[in-house]
Amino acid sequence: MIAEAGLAALWLAAAMALLQLAMAAIALSSRATEPPQIVRDLLAAVRPVAVAQGLLALGAFAALVALFARTDLSVLLVAENSHSAKPMLYKVAATWGNHEGSMLLWVTVLAVAGGAIALFERLLATRTHVATLAAQAAIAAGFYAFLLFASNPFARLSPTPLDGLGLNPLLQDPGLAFHPPTLYLGYVGLSVAFSFAVGALVTRDVGRDFARAMRPWVLGAWIFLTIGITAGSYWAYYELGWGGWWFWDPVENASLMPWLAATALLHSVTVLATRDGLRAWTIMLSVVAFSMSMVGTFLVRSGILTSVHAFAVDPTRGSFILALLILYIGGALALFAFRVGTVRQGALFEPVSREGGLVLNNLLLSVILGIVLIGTLYPLLAEAFGVQLSVGPPFFNRAAGPIALLLVAGMAVGPLLRWRRDRGRAVARRIAMPAAVTLIVFIALLFTDAGLMPLLGLSLAAGLAVASILPLVGRSPWRTPMPIWGMVVAHLGIAVSLAGMASDSAFTAERLVAARPGEINRVGPFAIRFEGIKPVVGDNWSAIQGRLIVTRDGGQPFLLRPEQRFFANPPTETSEAALATFWDGQLYAVLGRDDHGGRRQLRLWWKPFVTLIWAGGGLIALGGFVSLIGRVRRRRAR
Amino acid sequence: MRLLLPFALLLAGPASAQSNVPPPALADTQLPDPAQERSAKALMETLRCLVCQSQSIADSDADMAADMRALVRQRIAAGERPDQVRDWLIQRYGDYVSYDPPFSPASILLWATPLLLLGIGIVLARRSLKRRRR
Repeated sequence: MIAEAGLAALWLAAAMALLQLAMAAIALSSRATEPPQIVRDLLAAVRPVAVAQGLLALGAFAALVALFARTDLSVLLVAENSHSAKPMLYKVAATWGNHEGSMLLWVTVLAVAGGAIALFERLLATRTHVATLAAQAAIAAGFYAFLLFASNPFARLSPTPLDGLGLNPLLQDPGLAFHPPTLYLGYVGLSVAFSFAVGALVTRDVGRDFARAMRPWVLGAWIFLTIGITAGSYWAYYELGWGGWWFWDPVENASLMPWLAATALLHSVTVLATRDGLRAWTIMLSVVAFSMSMVGTFLVRSGILTSVHAFAVDPTRGSFILALLILYIGGALALFAFRVGTVRQGALFEPVSREGGLVLNNLLLSVILGIVLIGTLYPLLAEAFGVQLSVGPPFFNRAAGPIALLLVAGMAVGPLLRWRRDRGRAVARRIAMPAAVTLIVFIALLFTDAGLMPLLGLSLAAGLAVASILPLVGRSPWRTPMPIWGMVVAHLGIAVSLAGMASDSAFTAERLVAARPGEINRVGPFAIRFEGIKPVVGDNWSAIQGRLIVTRDGGQPFLLRPEQRFFANPPTETSEAALATFWDGQLYAVLGRDDHGGRRQLRLWWKPFVTLIWAGGGLIALGGFVSLIGRVRRRRAR
Repeated sequence: MRLLLPFALLLAGPASAQSNVPPPALADTQLPDPAQERSAKALMETLRCLVCQSQSIADSDADMAADMRALVRQRIAAGERPDQVRDWLIQRYGDYVSYDPPFSPASILLWATPLLLLGIGIVLARRSLKRRRR
């Protein structure tokens, strides 16, 4: 019953999306200065329809969550991806731990975002508002069709099996349970930017008000994206058990690309809102940002990543998303091409000015985005031509690393520049201190065995940390506008995160051993005594637990318990790393296999300041949040 | 239930991939010479685990990755340069095994793109700036 209700809600939501699109199209096709009553009624009715669409999609999603929560095995999706003997948290999380469920979540976020624009957006002119909602409905309609015709999450299974197949144990982790929803809020939240851009192109309404209206929405999506990426990176770090935190995996890149585009967009929209410049470029970026979300969805959901051939074996879903991708991105770009002539060229800038700095930011972020995109797609392109090759960390680090460091240097200087026009000598005075700090750290670390890139990373991070605080100097902390605070905190977050990344790659100490019980091994400042193993049992797993007595520099000993876990449904083995966190880093211990000679493999790492990576990510998101509060309050006051 | 059987087999895959055979000696123990270990480790991070999805052999639990790690350490310990080890692996498994795509007609576009993008970007960005008054 719940499954049928959910399916019905999904169909109704799809119908609402079509209705919303049709009503908006009819209403907007009338260009009369004094529109007849019927047109005004239609314009007014689009908003409630958008809200209804959002609620129906939410209802369908709630139905699927309910099915998973009660492990209704007569539903195919539940039987394939859940199991009755799982903690409730993972029963619920299994809802989006599979293709159909995550696509339903995707379209739900899309519809709810549309409903939110309908309810809360007040700055946009009515016609632009309606055109924006029409664009949002057009995207939603395509993805509803995808769900209903190619990925029905509510399909029944007969006869009902005795139990389900279970959820991949790697995904059975509290961090990962909430990772996809967070990421999707950001990912799909960017659809709002796309729809705003399309709406503004349709009504030829690109300008400062448009930028001010769009900014908080982009900021909101960007915050979720930042949190999602940060959390995902930490999850990979502690769950995969090898101490890596970023792999340039295509799935990771799929989330990084929208973030890069959205970050560029946040900066260009500031130029548009403040100085009425970069008009066409901001529109372009809005389209690109959500296009990157859709490309990511295509990469992850079509199965093309495993191999082009896997995609060719069952191309239904992949081709469907690909068709949607071409339709929406192509459509938006075509509209852009037709209308860009009517978008007046914005103001031009002096090179040495805040605007100039923001142009540099956009240039470098776009190039990094391009590098990540080509690196991610290149193996697919090559395979299509019959060549098999891999593109991985060496390419990305070498190509994007130097540009990222350049970006960091620009980030230190940019906020210290004045709008409109600045003088080179005055700027030099303002950046003297951060530049000196950079140089001092560089020289101080020159005699450690850090490589060149980590060395540059650490010294630029130190310089940026100082520079990012400087915009507050001479201001009263209470009078400083919240968006300035937000910028300071977010830029400081980048410095903190970069310091963590560079420190991890420069100073990590590694110890890989096969240890007998009683044996003592050293890594960094730690002495680690392997006591032996014992069996333990959890909710739906059993494990072999290693017991390690650790002392740091002869201090108080403590116990670490890394585990090798065995899950029955589905049968899988995972390793649970044991982490000890200190103010200056993390000790990371993994229990490996038995070597059949009475010894156990141990992997031990001391990672100085590695936690700064995610602390910085948190600061970046916090900065966005502070800025968002400031923007919303200022809007309210108006 | 019959409908689910193929899925069950599919999911059983990872478990059987991690057998109880002890890992080769050098898969997860370091070389005594820190310099050799460092270059072996750096090389491992750029080699692809052929049975995993997007993982290097330096951070994979798969048996095959363990064998490849042991092989890399053995060859480096025997005095081979990292390039030689990589070339040997590429000869055996093809370019696919290296995350660092070797220069070739197939990869030239990849390596040229960053510079190309930067060039195009600079030209575009200059158009939004005022010309210097002389």
